[in-house]
Amino acid sequence: MSTPLRCDLAIIGTGLAGMAAAVFASSRGLSVAQAGSTGAISYTSGVFDVLGALPAVAQGQPARPVERPFEALAELLRDEPGHPYALLDPEDIRLAFHEVMDFLREAGLPYRAGGEKNFLLPTPAGTLKHSWCVPETTLPGCEALAEGAPACIVAIEGMKGFSARQVAVNLAPYWPGLTTARVAMPGHPGGEVYPEQVARMLEVPAARRALAEALAPLVGPARVVGLPAVLGMHRPGDVAADMARLLGRAVFEIPTMPPGVPGIRLKEAFEGLLPGRGVALFCQQKLVGPLPAPGAPFRLRVTGQPVEHEVLADRVLLCSGRFLGGGLGGLRGRPITETVFGLPVAQPEDRSGWYRQDYLDPRGHEVHRAGLRVDAALRPLGPGGAPAHEGLFAAGSILAGQDWIRMKCGAGVAIATAFKAVRAMAPGR
Amino acid sequence: MRTDVLIIGAGATGTGLARDLALRGVSCVVVETGDVNSGASGGNHGLLHSGGRYVSNDTEAARECREEGALIKRLAPQCVEDCGGLFVAVAGDDERFVADYPGWCAAAGIEVCCLEPAEARAMEPVLSPKVIAAFAVPDATIDPFRLALENMAHAHALTGCTLLRRTRVTGMDVDAGRVVRVHTVNTVSGEAGTIEAAQVVSATGAWAGRVAALAGAHIPMLCSQGTLLVTHERMTRRVVNRLRPPGNGDILVPGGTVSILGTTSVTVDDPDRARPTVAEADENLRQALPMIPSLAYTRFVRAYCGVRPLISAGGGDGRAVSRGFMLYDHTDAGLSNFCSVTGGKLTTFRLMAEKTADLVCARLGVTAPCRTRTEPLPAAPACRWTEPGFAPRLWAQRHDADDPLLCECEMVPASAVDSIMNDCGQQFPDPGLQALGKRSRIGKGSCQGAFCGVRVAAHLYDTGHYTSPRGLARMREFFTERFKGQRPILWGPQLIQAELAEALHCGLLGLELGDPEAAPAAGKDEEARS
Repeated sequence: MSTPLRCDLAIIGTGLAGMAAAVFASSRGLSVAQAGSTGAISYTSGVFDVLGALPAVAQGQPARPVERPFEALAELLRDEPGHPYALLDPEDIRLAFHEVMDFLREAGLPYRAGGEKNFLLPTPAGTLKHSWCVPETTLPGCEALAEGAPACIVAIEGMKGFSARQVAVNLAPYWPGLTTARVAMPGHPGGEVYPEQVARMLEVPAARRALAEALAPLVGPARVVGLPAVLGMHRPGDVAADMARLLGRAVFEIPTMPPGVPGIRLKEAFEGLLPGRGVALFCQQKLVGPLPAPGAPFRLRVTGQPVEHEVLADRVLLCSGRFLGGGLGGLRGRPITETVFGLPVAQPEDRSGWYRQDYLDPRGHEVHRAGLRVDAALRPLGPGGAPAHEGLFAAGSILAGQDWIRMKCGAGVAIATAFKAVRAMAPGR
Repeated sequence: MRTDVLIIGAGATGTGLARDLALRGVSCVVVETGDVNSGASGGNHGLLHSGGRYVSNDTEAARECREEGALIKRLAPQCVEDCGGLFVAVAGDDERFVADYPGWCAAAGIEVCCLEPAEARAMEPVLSPKVIAAFAVPDATIDPFRLALENMAHAHALTGCTLLRRTRVTGMDVDAGRVVRVHTVNTVSGEAGTIEAAQVVSATGAWAGRVAALAGAHIPMLCSQGTLLVTHERMTRRVVNRLRPPGNGDILVPGGTVSILGTTSVTVDDPDRARPTVAEADENLRQALPMIPSLAYTRFVRAYCGVRPLISAGGGDGRAVSRGFMLYDHTDAGLSNFCSVTGGKLTTFRLMAEKTADLVCARLGVTAPCRTRTEPLPAAPACRWTEPGFAPRLWAQRHDADDPLLCECEMVPASAVDSIMNDCGQQFPDPGLQALGKRSRIGKGSCQGAFCGVRVAAHLYDTGHYTSPRGLARMREFFTERFKGQRPILWGPQLIQAELAEALHCGLLGLELGDPEAAPAAGKDEEARS
C-alpha cells in the first residue's frame, strides 16, 4: 500500500449528494478524498427537484403535484416531521443549489432555478414533471408549454422508449397545437440508436447541419422543436443554440429513460472538474473502514483497484445512497442494514411492512422512508441515540424520513443536506 | 349474440373444451373476465405430472395424470419440455414413505427408476448432500399459456370460435329449466351485452360456485391459494419433487430459462383477492432449503399465485381434498342446458374437456366422437412467443438491426409485438400491455417489465395502437400487476431492481400522480395556473 492520503474530509459516495459535497468542501478549502461507483449519477434524469409532489397522508386521497415548492415545505413538514428538510433553512436550499449551479455553469452545463415556482416540463411518457431547477436546454420547452406555443416533438428512428406521438397525445390537453415528426439520424448506420451516441455525434457541426436539414421540412409551422435529450454531451447550450439557428426556431430537450444524456453529462462534468479542485476522486472504487473510537480519526481504505490507498480523514461524509447506490442492504429475513459502518437504520418492523400492496399507492412505500436518523448537524445517530462519531456526517437519500421518489425531492435532499453537513464541519467558511 | 355453446372461462379447460367441440363441428363463444389463463391455469407450476406426486394418496388421480401426460407429450409436443423428474428424500424424511414409494407407483402404472443418492446428485448438482433416496419418473413441463392460446387458435381455425376477453358474466335468465340468456358486461368499457346459447358451460375453476349460483345451482367450492416463486435462472434440468406427502415448497420445476418453486396451500374466501404474500414466499423457501440449499442465496424475480378449485365434500383442508375433477350437469337444480366442470389439474385438462364435451354434445344431439385423444394440436405461429428462449434463438439467427429489442431481458423484438398485434389484434382492440405479456415473454425477465413496459408502450403509441391517455393507464395497469408478484420477493438484487423501477415510473414519469384517463379535466387547472 502506498503512503496514506491525509485529508480533512472523506466522502463516501459519488451520487449527486457526494458530488455536491465535494464541490462545497473544496470551495471551503477542505482537502477531500472521495470514492464511489459513479454509475448512479448517470441514471439520474438531470432535472433537479426540490419538492415536486406531496404524497397522500390517508388512504383514498391522491398525491398532489406541487406548484410552489418553498411554500409547500411547511405542508410537507406538517405531515412528515422526520423529513431531512426539517433540519434545513429553506434559504439554505437555494444557496446550496446556486453554488452547485455555479459549478455546473463553469463545467458548461448551465441550469436555471425557478424562483418561487416549479417549472413544468414534459416527460418521455407525455406526463408533466414539476421541477424547480432544470438544464437550460429544457427551458424553451417549459416556456412554450406555459404559453401554449405551437411546438413539434421529434422522435429519432430506432431510439427505444421515446415516442413523439406518445408525448403529443398525452400533453394535448395541456398543450394545444403540438405536432410530431420522426427523423432518421443522418450519418447513423441504422438499427438501434442510443441517446448517448446521438449526443456525441451532434458535437460535430456537420452532424448538426445534416440533422437540421432533415428536420426542416418536417417541423412545419412550429415555433419550437422538442427532441429527446441528445443535444451534445459537453456544451449542450452551444449545440442547442446552433440547432436553433439552423432551424430558425428554439429547440429544447425532453429527458429520456435512464441512462440518459443529462445524467451522463453530470457525471462527466463532476469527474472532469473535481480533480482540478484538489479532490482525490476514486471512480468505481469503494472507501471502507471501521468506525474509529471517539476522538480518533478515520482510517479508511480505497478498495477495488490493484493499488489500494489508505485514507486518513478527520471527518467522513456518508453519501452512499440507498439500495441502488449500495448504502443500504436488504436481505431476506434480516433488518435493513447500513453497509459501510453498520449504523442503526430506522425501518419498518419486518419485510411485510416494506411495501404496500398497491405499487402506485399515492402514499408511497415505507421502505423508502427507512434510513439513517441524524442530529441537527447531520451526524447519524448510533445505537444509543447519540451521534455515532463526532466526525461522521451523512447526506442524501440514505437519510430517513424522506421518500425522494414520491416527493420528487431527491436533488433537493442530496444538495441541501450535503451543503449543511459541509458547513457544519467547516464553520465560517 | 347467439351461439351453439357458450363457454365461460378461458383457462386450459375452457379453451380445451372449445377445441374439442370445434373438432366435433360445434361452434362456440368463449367469454373470460380477464384474459386467457387468468385463474389457476396461469398460476401453476407448469408441471405435466407423471402422476408420481399423487401415488401416495390418490391412485386414481395418479393414473389419470399418467395417461393424460403421455397423450399431451405426443399430441402437443411444442408445448412440452420432456425433461423428466426426480423424487428425492433428505435425511430426516420419513423412510417408510420412501420404502413404499416404488410400490405405489407400480400400482398406478407409473414407470419409476430407483437411483443412488450420488447418481441423483450427479444428475442435479444443486441437490443437497443430505439426499438419502431418489427415484426418476417421467415428469415433464408444459407451457400453459401456449397450450391455451393454441387451443383457442385451433378452435378459431376450425369453426370461427371466438374469445371475448374482459367480459364478465353478471347474470343468467332461467326459464322452464333452461338458461335462455346470459348477461355480460365489458370490464373495460362497462358496456352490457347478452348472449343466447343452446348450451352454457362454466369452466371457471375457483369461480365455478359463483357462476353456478347465477343459474340457481350449487357447487360446494373450497378455494386454496398456492403461491410459487420464480428464480432468475434455471436451477435444474429436471422437475425435482420432495419425496414426502404433498406439502409446502416441495417442488422445483424448470420453466424454460427459469425455475419455479412452490407451492403453499392457504384457504381463501374470495379468489378475486388472492395474491402472493411475504409469509408464503418465506415458507416456500424454508421448506425447500433442506432439498436445495443454494435456494438460500438464489435470486428470485417474481412470485405469483393461483387458486386451486377444490370440491369440498365435507370439510378437510386444501391438501386433503382430491385433485380429481367434477362435472356437474345441474339436473338436480332442474337445469337442462347448463353444466359446470371444475376441480382437476392442468395435466388432466383434456380429459375434463372431453367428458364435458360428451355431455354437451349429448344434450345438443351431436354424435361426433371426441378427437382430442388422437388429433395433434397444431402449432400456431402467433403463440410461439410464449416459449422461453424462442426469441433469443430467433434473434441470434436473424440479428436484424432494424428490429429493436423492446424487452432486453427476454430479447423480445418489436417485430414480435407487431406480429402478436396482427394475429391477435381482433381479440384486443384496446391492447393492454398485459395482453402482450400473456402472449410473449415481455415483463418476465429480471426487470419484470420496468423498462420494456415503457418501451413497448412507446412502440404502441408509435404504431398507432395507442392514441389517447388510455395508453398511460395501460402502463399503470401493467406495472401494478407486475408489482403484485414482486412484492413478496423484494430482497437483495430484486429490491435494487424495484427501487430503480419506481424511480423511473414514479420519480421521473410521475405515473402515480392521478389517473391519466382523467387528464383532460386536470388540463384546465394547469392552464389556469400557468
